[in-house]
Amino acid sequence: MKTEDPRIGRVRALAAAYHAPDGLLPLLHDVQAAFGHIDDIFVPAIAEALNLSRAEVHGVITFYHDFRRVPAGRHVVRLCRAEACQARGARAIEAAAVERLGVAMGATRADGAVTLEPVYCLGMCATGPNALVDGVPVSRIDGARLDRLAAEILA
Amino acid sequence: MRAFVSRDMASVGLGADEVAAALIAAGVEVVRTGSRGLFRIEPLVEIETPDGRVGCGPVAADEVAAVIDGTHRNRIGDVAKLPFFASQQRFTFARCGIVDPLSLADYAAHGGWIGLDRARRAPPAEVVAMVRESGLRGRGGAGFSTGIKWQTALDAPGDAKFIVCNADEGDSGTFADRMLMEGDPFCLIEGMAIAGHAVGAARGYVYIRSEYPFAIETMRAAIALAAERIAPFALEVRVGAGAYVCGEETALLDSIEGKRGQVRAKPPLPAIAGLFGKPTVINNVLTLAAVPFILANGAEAYAAIGFGRSRGTMPVQLAGNVRNGGLYEIGFGVTLGELVDDVGGGTESGRPVRAVQVGGPLGAYFPASMFDLPFDYEAFAAAGGLIGHAGVTVFDDGVDMMRMARFAMEFCAAESCGKCTPCRIGSTRGVETLDRIIAGDRPDENVALLRDLCDTMRHGSLCALGGFTPFPVLSALDHFGEDFGAADIAGPVE
Repeated sequence: MKTEDPRIGRVRALAAAYHAPDGLLPLLHDVQAAFGHIDDIFVPAIAEALNLSRAEVHGVITFYHDFRRVPAGRHVVRLCRAEACQARGARAIEAAAVERLGVAMGATRADGAVTLEPVYCLGMCATGPNALVDGVPVSRIDGARLDRLAAEILA
Repeated sequence: MRAFVSRDMASVGLGADEVAAALIAAGVEVVRTGSRGLFRIEPLVEIETPDGRVGCGPVAADEVAAVIDGTHRNRIGDVAKLPFFASQQRFTFARCGIVDPLSLADYAAHGGWIGLDRARRAPPAEVVAMVRESGLRGRGGAGFSTGIKWQTALDAPGDAKFIVCNADEGDSGTFADRMLMEGDPFCLIEGMAIAGHAVGAARGYVYIRSEYPFAIETMRAAIALAAERIAPFALEVRVGAGAYVCGEETALLDSIEGKRGQVRAKPPLPAIAGLFGKPTVINNVLTLAAVPFILANGAEAYAAIGFGRSRGTMPVQLAGNVRNGGLYEIGFGVTLGELVDDVGGGTESGRPVRAVQVGGPLGAYFPASMFDLPFDYEAFAAAGGLIGHAGVTVFDDGVDMMRMARFAMEFCAAESCGKCTPCRIGSTRGVETLDRIIAGDRPDENVALLRDLCDTMRHGSLCALGGFTPFPVLSALDHFGEDFGAADIAGPVE
């Protein structure tokens, strides 16, 4: 018999806090916070704990942009591409970010240094272009600011 | 010495944390507040003096010595006297930027809980009547009468009822919900507790988008602090997961229930069969946060301000390429031009204003020639647009409106919940059609096709996402046809 991945026991322990199907989103957030992503091998344990089918759990994980099925890079840059940031030059900043971080939008660098992701509005719409860099808000991003960010991230 | 520094997410994005740390290192006692709402002066530091607070901003972390000795180059004095603030009518945002958001003592000292106490002394039907008489309409965008919604939930039979706050503020150009939750969370909590009393609900949920980590943290802390004050009403925060469509009320309910955030067909109305199939009042943050004022000051005081059938105030959000960007709460009826030119001060780039998108990604783009439009639900609908959540996003003459029309379709395709065909397929076909127009491929034919597609999406979609995406697309065609190259942008061919 194959040995169970030790992480699955931890997923079950996290799931013990939730009993009804409406615990699914909070549980998925907990799992992602604990492991950085929601591995496909966690799905059966999550489904069993909340009395859902695996298809239902898979459907929810893949519906929401936030949930990752593969690990992110060591740093995560979520760059806003919504209208208010576009009005302040976000398209050019996105192009520059892709070049300086060496990663395509929506992708993780091959060396795992950074994931660059689009976000549609962070609610800081008078001071864009905006990003969340490892969860920290950064506003009024210009070329110089981007250079500093890229240097810190790729250090 | 005591100083006030905002910990609003936008202020932190501009360096407020570093400024606060520098003040603390210099021996100053720092109170972290919400933001006053004018981001040009953030990070703002206000020093407490016997004559009131004296503001300086923007301030950099290495400049705090000058703030402390009173020589800072960006000394403002009394911030409330700036024209941007002096001309506002702050009903909902009266405390934001002034109080410590997590101080129950501050909240009570600034008029908090008066509305809830008054509501709880009155029978539920009387509270509902007051809200109806105030003329308050849903601030999420639909503009439906809050009093009628509450009356429906009150009249609906049910062993359990719920209050749900829609804090999934996904529209680009909007941030009022976020600012209120971060700057005056007890106001929202009080409004929800009043709603609970009014319709007979014992439990409430605040559904906050994951892109707002500061608001999530502040609301959770505030709910814990206020739990005793609002008991037996109980509140819980639920966190979204990056789906724009969950701002649609029925998709939001499905998301709380642990499902994919897909739109439900209506009827039944949520007020009759909503969360877990029970009668549910679902209102936007600003709607619920307007309620304590109405209960405390009376329906007449709220209804006295406004324009036509749009009563009370609207916290307008000035965004994008605008000099005085921020939160501007004012009675309905102010014109778009007054907001953009007079209050906003035109573009930050100094170039001419070319287009203004009102109401987020589903709102129309207006040219400067339509700036006499009064801020009013009906006037905007008649002009082929919507107020939405009152985000006003300003673009200068560098904007390419054909690209913005494509972006509207692209966004709809990325965020469609997939339940109805006009939205799911239509948005993707819209992107493809616009790509052909951009490439110069049979532009006349393709513009006609695009208009026809918009008509299908407008009338055939299940919710506002597919139904209103045509607003930015058609308004770009109608008002900025010159950006569509050789295309004959006239209406659909018969």
